[in-house]
Amino acid sequence: MEPRVLHNDKPFTLKGFFLQWEWLLVLLFLAVIVLNVNLSDYFWDYDNLRDATMGFLDKAFIVLPMALIIIMADIDISVGSIVALSSVIMADLYKHGVPMWLAMIICLLVGTACGAINGLLIVKFKELSAVIVTLSTMIIYRGIAYILLEDQSVGKFPAWFKYLGWGYVGGIPFILIAFIVCALLFGVLLHKTKFGRRVYAIGNNPTSSRYSGVRVDLIKVIVFTLAGFMAAVTALFLTSRMGSTRPNIASGYELDVIAMAVLGGISTAGGKGRMLGAVLAVFLIGYLRYGLGLVNVSAQSLLIIIGLLLIVAVMVPKLKLKLKLKR
Amino acid sequence: MNSDLALGQAPKQQAGKASLSANFAKFREMGLLVFIILLCVGVQLRNPSFLTWENINDIATNTAILAILAVGMMLVIITRGIDLSIGATLALSGMTAALAVKEMPDLHPLLALLLGTAVGLVCGMVIGLLVARIGILPIIATLGMMNVFRGLTYEASGGKWVSAHQMPNSFKGIASGSLLGINNLIVIAVLIYIAAYYFVNHTRTGRRIYAVGSNPESAEISGIKSKRILWLVYSVMGGLAGLAGVLWVSKFASAQGDTASGYELNVIAACVLGGVSIAGGSGKISGIILGSVLLGILNNALPMVNVSPFWQNWIQGMIIVIAVIINALVKRGIDRNNLIRRKM
Repeated sequence: MEPRVLHNDKPFTLKGFFLQWEWLLVLLFLAVIVLNVNLSDYFWDYDNLRDATMGFLDKAFIVLPMALIIIMADIDISVGSIVALSSVIMADLYKHGVPMWLAMIICLLVGTACGAINGLLIVKFKELSAVIVTLSTMIIYRGIAYILLEDQSVGKFPAWFKYLGWGYVGGIPFILIAFIVCALLFGVLLHKTKFGRRVYAIGNNPTSSRYSGVRVDLIKVIVFTLAGFMAAVTALFLTSRMGSTRPNIASGYELDVIAMAVLGGISTAGGKGRMLGAVLAVFLIGYLRYGLGLVNVSAQSLLIIIGLLLIVAVMVPKLKLKLKLKR
Repeated sequence: MNSDLALGQAPKQQAGKASLSANFAKFREMGLLVFIILLCVGVQLRNPSFLTWENINDIATNTAILAILAVGMMLVIITRGIDLSIGATLALSGMTAALAVKEMPDLHPLLALLLGTAVGLVCGMVIGLLVARIGILPIIATLGMMNVFRGLTYEASGGKWVSAHQMPNSFKGIASGSLLGINNLIVIAVLIYIAAYYFVNHTRTGRRIYAVGSNPESAEISGIKSKRILWLVYSVMGGLAGLAGVLWVSKFASAQGDTASGYELNVIAACVLGGVSIAGGSGKISGIILGSVLLGILNNALPMVNVSPFWQNWIQGMIIVIAVIINALVKRGIDRNNLIRRKM
């Protein structure tokens, strides 16, 4: 029995097609490109663009599961700490003589376990809300990373490990290929499978989903576990790019990731949003950062811009709704 | 309702048995107090310099700022919200006050205090506007504004610190001075707690905060302007964060871009430890005093018994998790009892 909770029965119209959030993102994206090209002569340079893309893609892997989480009307702010913990454990094991391939597998396992713990706590203690659970695991995971490495950093990974973050396949960055593959997989998962439909159903109405036979708890645990796994994937790429790791890496990633997902049209009220939007937002924010960095906008001003962007992105649909209601 | 009337005698018989875990809820503060005392005794045995007058005074001064912030956070959490921006608000207002006294060394410390509070109040009002009027989720609104305020702090200072020698003594005196032999910070915290106690327990607006938190729909139906209450709550939080910012900068005699980053977690922890329910609608002043004191003592005691500073994050996180889980389990017990009583 497949509950038909979500089915888009609206007739296809050209106006409706072009009034989608994704087109707004495409327009914004073009605006960013035009702005950047005008601001700096160095922006429209293939090598620069390619390297910039490699620079911001590491955290993009977490945006994919974060989209699922936000569609379920939940949130996970522990992802930055999961990145740190899995990266630190990998580096620490390697330092103590564990072969790198094994350390990498353990890194993925650690991230998955962290995500699963989040999911289980959220499901077992429903009165706590995902905010408070992931807030406390955020402190705990990073706390463990600090216990393991204290204030040291670990580096000197084998040469081939660098390939992950810096390598190319036929002139295209490996990390870009990996991201596109992951994005496609997540897109199919969300839009073409029963699982994805159920994720939307949970976001729209968890109670009625449960009554219509959706195993809400199981799906939540799976999605949070996926987020942990993808955070570990980010840890692999980030560690490879940085060449070393410290307990304080990836701090603040949760904000970037949530900002990207929300800007991508994923509604924080749950039940709405598409993977394509989130992916577009990744590139939008990435190139905005890169372009503004080229014209020497300070990191602090970027902080303000990203913060405002997040607020505006959630504000626009609400204001639109209000105007509609007033009419 | 009907069955209650019909079996009027039954609930009384049940009361003795049912109240076990309900009583636990009443005694949770007692339990927290006992835990604090046991902790103190334990630390004292390991390190005799713990319970000296000097160290106790030190703990109290260090706890004062946390406790002030916990009042605002309690109000926010009671309305089912959360404020992650207070660390940044604190930094921004502290930096503003520090820059002001750096430029104008003759500025009266009270004015500096007011200036910082005003900056914080404005920050809080902006968040209140976003949450109450536009309806953005508190976590998203405060996460976004956290970055904006933090960025503004860096912008205002140009990335530089305002350090001790740039501040006049009068400004540093805010935190180091004392009134009747008691440190100013403690005096301010006590005054705020008295005001807050009166506010949440004996004023209409205060009670309405609880009403909005425990059931927004029925609060709205019974004529409470819940949007105004929300706005008020976030503004109070901002104002208190602003005040705390000036006290912080005055106490540590330095204002930096990353002042108090991550401090919001400590404040939330103090509230959660003090029994403020994340689901909204409940929380007591006496609870958050104990929560803040417990955290303050932990921060002071862990280094004294030679726990590495790298362990402190983890310990604090575990304490929060255990506290919220115990809270949740106790609440389940109470709900079950209420259900049993209703069935009778």
